[in-house]
Amino acid sequence: MLALITQGLNNLLIMKILVCITHVPDTTSKINFTDGSTKFDTNGVQFIIGPYDDYALARAIELKETSQATVTVLNVGTVDTEPTIRKALAIGADDAIRVNADPTDSFFVATQIAEHAKGYDLILMGRESIDFNGGVVHAMVGELLGLPSFSPVMRLEIEGTVVKMSREIEGGKESLEANLPLVAGCQEPIAEWKIPNMRGIMSARTKPLTVVEPKTVDAAVKLQKFELPAPKGAVKMISADNVAELVTRLKTEAKVL
Amino acid sequence: MATLVFVESAEGKIRSTSLEAVAYAHALGAGVTAIALGTVDKAELENLGKYGAQKVLHAADAKLDQGIVQAYSSVITKAMQDENADILVLANSSLGTPVAAKVAIRIGAGFASNVVEVPNTSNGFVVKRSIYTGKAFSLVEMKSAKKVIAIKKNAAELKEVGGTAQIVSITPSLTDADFNAKITATEKATGEVLLPEANIVVSGGRGMKGPEHWGILEELAKTLHAATGCSKPVSDMGWRPHHEHVGQTGVKVAPQLYIAIGISGAIQHLAGVNSSKCIVVINKDPEAPFFKAADYGIVGDAFDVIPKLTAAIKASK
Repeated sequence: MLALITQGLNNLLIMKILVCITHVPDTTSKINFTDGSTKFDTNGVQFIIGPYDDYALARAIELKETSQATVTVLNVGTVDTEPTIRKALAIGADDAIRVNADPTDSFFVATQIAEHAKGYDLILMGRESIDFNGGVVHAMVGELLGLPSFSPVMRLEIEGTVVKMSREIEGGKESLEANLPLVAGCQEPIAEWKIPNMRGIMSARTKPLTVVEPKTVDAAVKLQKFELPAPKGAVKMISADNVAELVTRLKTEAKVL
Repeated sequence: MATLVFVESAEGKIRSTSLEAVAYAHALGAGVTAIALGTVDKAELENLGKYGAQKVLHAADAKLDQGIVQAYSSVITKAMQDENADILVLANSSLGTPVAAKVAIRIGAGFASNVVEVPNTSNGFVVKRSIYTGKAFSLVEMKSAKKVIAIKKNAAELKEVGGTAQIVSITPSLTDADFNAKITATEKATGEVLLPEANIVVSGGRGMKGPEHWGILEELAKTLHAATGCSKPVSDMGWRPHHEHVGQTGVKVAPQLYIAIGISGAIQHLAGVNSSKCIVVINKDPEAPFFKAADYGIVGDAFDVIPKLTAAIKASK
């Protein structure tokens, strides 16, 4: 009986962390499109955990190492994202949820996350995805769940039920406090990225990965097509002995001074 | 049809990116009402008329001097309803973007952030967004009647189109639930040009050889009325503060002129600067990859070229 009560108390004390990750092209990828500029060309592209999401995951694993916590990763993506999810499990997450859908826009993704994020104490993700660059999924998840949300968070410490954070603002930073549960969009230097070790990679294979079907969302926005920027002209070299010419050209030719 | 624009202020002054948001709203062709929260100079509010706002709602509640996302979202949602506005426009920022997202959900609006151009309305309402960290764009149709648009710097041209805006005081009813976070400290560079808003940015990389050499770079920036930035290694080594880091995982800038000194031009750095109108690269290595992405290049030593450039700019004024 006593053992059961102790067990129950422990369960209450265990913090449940959800880390939402994106599956995105490596930062060095060349961006191209196919199908009449309506689809991203995955040819030769290496996919990674979103760099900002990777910081969120690293902070979650640190919290797990220093306190009682479980870490679940969630991704909204097709079956192609599973290697990326397994990598997050290899880094140290306990289990994973994949919402089986193509992530079309911020509201769609936020709706799917909110469906599965109830009951978590801390919901972490990157400040933005590096493909869609919406930068709002954390705010939308917070709004949908009625939880406070903060981004971009560069420091996050938990003291009891109070979360102490610092957030980057234009030209500086802001320190703030809020109560659990909350949502945070993360960025460096919140934690050091973690690299999976061999034991992590082996154990990731058997950790639970649950696939769920998405909730239907009436799309208010619809992608028409992608475009690439106009190619840049050749660089005009100027001699280091004639810096005045650069100033003249910036004024008369480029008209930016 | 009516458009509401949330304008942000710092130290009583309206941010330049918010002026662009007013200009963007004006370009949509409907009546424009701006809304400002917290303490802002009256002349600054009236000045919004120049860029197309007929009216400015102002809640001068000191509780709103701190940018609490939840409270701002509540006030702006109420204003959208009271003004019967169908479109909300604001500038992407650490405050504006999350506020935009929350308001969009509360009023059931379609949402687009990182928007770089005035919409094409010839067939529907199509906005152009910057994606893949500046490496591509997407054209997105906003189909809902209500829309929330967060714009990137330079999405609209600042043109003087009007006179003085009429200021209307509002007293929003705020509850404790609106203040779900406590800001305990703010550290902010004052009196300097803010990096995300700057028209000219001067950035230094490892080629500057150490934080003690930043004086000449700051002198150049001051002469140009520019903000200073840096590469990731420079902020990682602690030579410069993190909020100056320009690149894929740092600040993405979109100035008229970006001057990179002693930065080799890793693809992650380029991702943060490729929306710049004109790029000047100064590097002693003629093979530095950054030259391929530049409009103008000088092969030379930073410590030789920077003082010469500062002098040449002073001479040309």
